[in-house]
Amino acid sequence: MANSGQAQASGPRTLYEKIFDDHVIVRRPDGQSLLRIDRLLVHEGAFHGFDKLRLAGRSVKRPDLVFAFADHYVPTRAGPITDPEVINMVEMLRQNCREHGITLFDRGDHDEGIVHVVAPEQGLTLPGQLLVCGDSHTSTHGALGALAFGIGASEVEHALATQTVWQRRARTLRIDVGGKLSKGVTGKDVILAIIGKIGANGASGHVMEYTGSAIRGLTLEGRLTLCNMSIEAGGRAGLVAPDDATFQWLKGRTYAPKGELWERAVAHWRTLPSDEGAHYDREVSLDGSAIEPTITWGTSPETALPVSGRLPDPNSAGSAEAGKSISQMLDYMGLTPGMPVSEITIDRVFIGSCTNSRIEDLRMAASVLKGRKVAVPTMIVAGSTEIRRQAEAEGLDRLFAAAGCDWRPNPGCSMCVGMNGDLVPAGERCASTSNRNFKGRQGPGSRTHLMSPAMAAAAGLTGRITDVRPMLDA
Amino acid sequence: MKPLRTVSAPAIAIDMPNVDTDQIIPARFLRKPRRPGYHLYLFHDIRRAKDGSMDPAFPLNQESAKGAEILVADRAFACGSSREGAVYALVDQGFRVVIAPSFGDIFASNSVKNGLLALVLPEATVRSLLDQLKARPGATISLDLEAKTLTSPDGKTIPFDVDAYVRETLLAGRDDITLTLEHAAAIDASLSRMASETPWLMPTKA
Ligand code: SF4
Repeated sequence: MANSGQAQASGPRTLYEKIFDDHVIVRRPDGQSLLRIDRLLVHEGAFHGFDKLRLAGRSVKRPDLVFAFADHYVPTRAGPITDPEVINMVEMLRQNCREHGITLFDRGDHDEGIVHVVAPEQGLTLPGQLLVCGDSHTSTHGALGALAFGIGASEVEHALATQTVWQRRARTLRIDVGGKLSKGVTGKDVILAIIGKIGANGASGHVMEYTGSAIRGLTLEGRLTLCNMSIEAGGRAGLVAPDDATFQWLKGRTYAPKGELWERAVAHWRTLPSDEGAHYDREVSLDGSAIEPTITWGTSPETALPVSGRLPDPNSAGSAEAGKSISQMLDYMGLTPGMPVSEITIDRVFIGSCTNSRIEDLRMAASVLKGRKVAVPTMIVAGSTEIRRQAEAEGLDRLFAAAGCDWRPNPGCSMCVGMNGDLVPAGERCASTSNRNFKGRQGPGSRTHLMSPAMAAAAGLTGRITDVRPMLDA
Repeated sequence: MKPLRTVSAPAIAIDMPNVDTDQIIPARFLRKPRRPGYHLYLFHDIRRAKDGSMDPAFPLNQESAKGAEILVADRAFACGSSREGAVYALVDQGFRVVIAPSFGDIFASNSVKNGLLALVLPEATVRSLLDQLKARPGATISLDLEAKTLTSPDGKTIPFDVDAYVRETLLAGRDDITLTLEHAAAIDASLSRMASETPWLMPTKA
């Protein structure tokens, strides 16, 4: 496709390089490129960007390419918002959208929810796009073959004013997951295993492309979960090449192209996957068949362990520094060195967030909870109203209620980050399907164990981390 | 934006790896409007003891931190959430330079847009700076962005490398939107090509 005419390196290119090249407006000698933004997504937190824009007397360049979502601060309980600060945050977003003519997915609409759930679901995210949002989990959208990454508030201001972003070409990291995942092993287990292997900084400076039979075998929901946590490996973005499964998933969605335009789009999208022989700066491979249900025990996503594993012992860590970091984490988490993962007790469960709140996640949790009773408080929050409706149409809400779960009537980020008041009390240990287990992430003093919806449901039933596989129907 | 050419000021050490943005500024403060005063939230939870009082052992709580403009940290500083509030909190506290072996990706680009230099130095160099500052908290580090050199508390001059764009932007104290809008014609051309060559990218609600 045409770009601004600068010479391209000819020869085989990766998916990332193709999308990058397609969006270059200007290349500077220092290596920075000015890239065109096809979709700019904002949430309540973007008010800094709008404030700065207003202060500088600038306007939004292409409001038709900007979409806004009220998700981070909104309560998940029924009824009106009562916290004055939250009302203020949502009101500011509404005003900014009105003033600039931006489409807002607002609370109370029939299609609102978490930005990284709703945009793909509405067909706003498409293969080959360059998509940005002032949020680090923007990497999620790479599951559809879009180049998607998070930007900061000043970059949001810049993007609003110019519909562009300055970027330097990242290095490429191919993560190949071969083999076939076994039953009860999901996209979440795969990405936790990957981060466990390469580390929380392992993909720093790189765009990750996930390839291999185990990745191809994931549903689009599974791929969204996978790409969502690319940032937790330090990656600039995560990508899965679009394929027939992608097209099938997208077809007919509200904003997806229709008719003849759809056919043209698919023809173009088929040219996007990395060329045979394309060069990656680094390659890592894993055997998908060997991945077990995986959880995290510490305060970094890299502390991933299979459910059959044991916690590390600081004394047998490689170095004094590593040992110190392990004992600090064990201390914060209130765990003992060397204990089996399956002995970790759980005080509550959260199933939700942009990582794992899609219909497949809820179905997976439901298949575990069906006909059983939870032993600890278990909150379930759909990622969007569309998903909530779908779940209710399938009777999942009743199933969850019968199992003793707290099924929330409104979508949002909720207990992933606790900004809306859904908090894990200090000292409590939460089995969570979200993406970050940092100190205090789910509330001051909270302790987070990351895992899949199936594993979180199993933990809810037993009150400790439990291998879900024996609980699944054969 | 205030240009950054030279800084010669007290420096402090935060000698912990993986200080993520949640620790730099807890999420609950992010709803505060961007007005001066973000320093009140800087390291809010980790600089306090369990009972909420300031922990005297935390470097920023010590007398020697007065007037500090340089922060030296360990690897993966400001990893995690993309919150720009982390940069606001550091800038409002008076920091102009943060030195570490590596930074969270988004933090570095947020920094330059707010006039803060996120300087990557080799692990061994940072280790030596951390050790010197732990021995003498608040010791002076001097940095010359024009010359790309740094003088450590022990008087050694250390040359460093920095992205040319970052350096120019900070030296000029430049607003990057103005710079980008110099390319307005090329931007418009690209946006029209999007509509004509890849019309399926134009959002239309069915
Ligand atoms: S669900 Fe959590 S990680 Fe996802 S956008 Fe919301 S706060 Fe961020």
